[in-house]
Amino acid sequence: MERRDFLARSGTTVVLIAASTDLTTAQAQSSPPWNKAAFDAKSLLEVAKSMGATSTPTESKDLLMQAPEIAENGNVVRIGVQSNLANTTQISFVVEKNPSALAALFNIPVGSDAHVSINLKMGQSSHVYALVKAGDKFFYAVKEVKVTLGGCGG
Amino acid sequence: MPEPMRIRAQAQGDKTTVRVLVSHEMESGQRKDASGKTVPAWFIQDINATWSGKIVMSAQWGTAVSKNPLVQFSFKGGKVGEKIVLSWTDNRGEKRTDEAMIV
Repeated sequence: MERRDFLARSGTTVVLIAASTDLTTAQAQSSPPWNKAAFDAKSLLEVAKSMGATSTPTESKDLLMQAPEIAENGNVVRIGVQSNLANTTQISFVVEKNPSALAALFNIPVGSDAHVSINLKMGQSSHVYALVKAGDKFFYAVKEVKVTLGGCGG
Repeated sequence: MPEPMRIRAQAQGDKTTVRVLVSHEMESGQRKDASGKTVPAWFIQDINATWSGKIVMSAQWGTAVSKNPLVQFSFKGGKVGEKIVLSWTDNRGEKRTDEAMIV
């Protein structure tokens, strides 16, 4: 191997090693890896199960959900929820009729408010669920959002 | 290089409310381009916020989060002038970290 060639290659190796260490630290910091099973699920029940729910989630009045009744543009639908349940550790948004039902999953660390909102895409009119994990139980709130223009291409 | 996030963190009483406008294509993987080929999904998978060494928000996103999404969350603590750091990783392994002062 030519010296120049060797130097160039060893340079790459160093970069690769640096990149891989960087990756491990990043993974160690952020809690669990991306939950593929949950994002592949097709219904509220499947999503809850893939997150470790052992029973069917129950509807709760302590979840205050903000969602529009009619969304003119399915590309941007503002959805939010505030959970007044004690020990809320996780908030997810599930759009029943989207190709992948689970849209987003927020972990709520101790000291943070169980109140998040985000913009979602909706392919068509659908029930939208806020799925909340409080203690070791799952609860939900639901709203129906009518979409007049879909946000999933087509 | 991805565009920076626009972060606004506001301290109010004992709480800090953070609004973040994330700049990302968030391609759903459902759309077809002009030639009829499916545009591959390209979206942020992980996003988290840190304040004084503590994670105050962490989330996993799927393809249904909007393009350039606006996220809001809040946490206890935070004083004017303190720093909040946000970072995300997308499904192509691209990353971006931005920080802002609490106002």
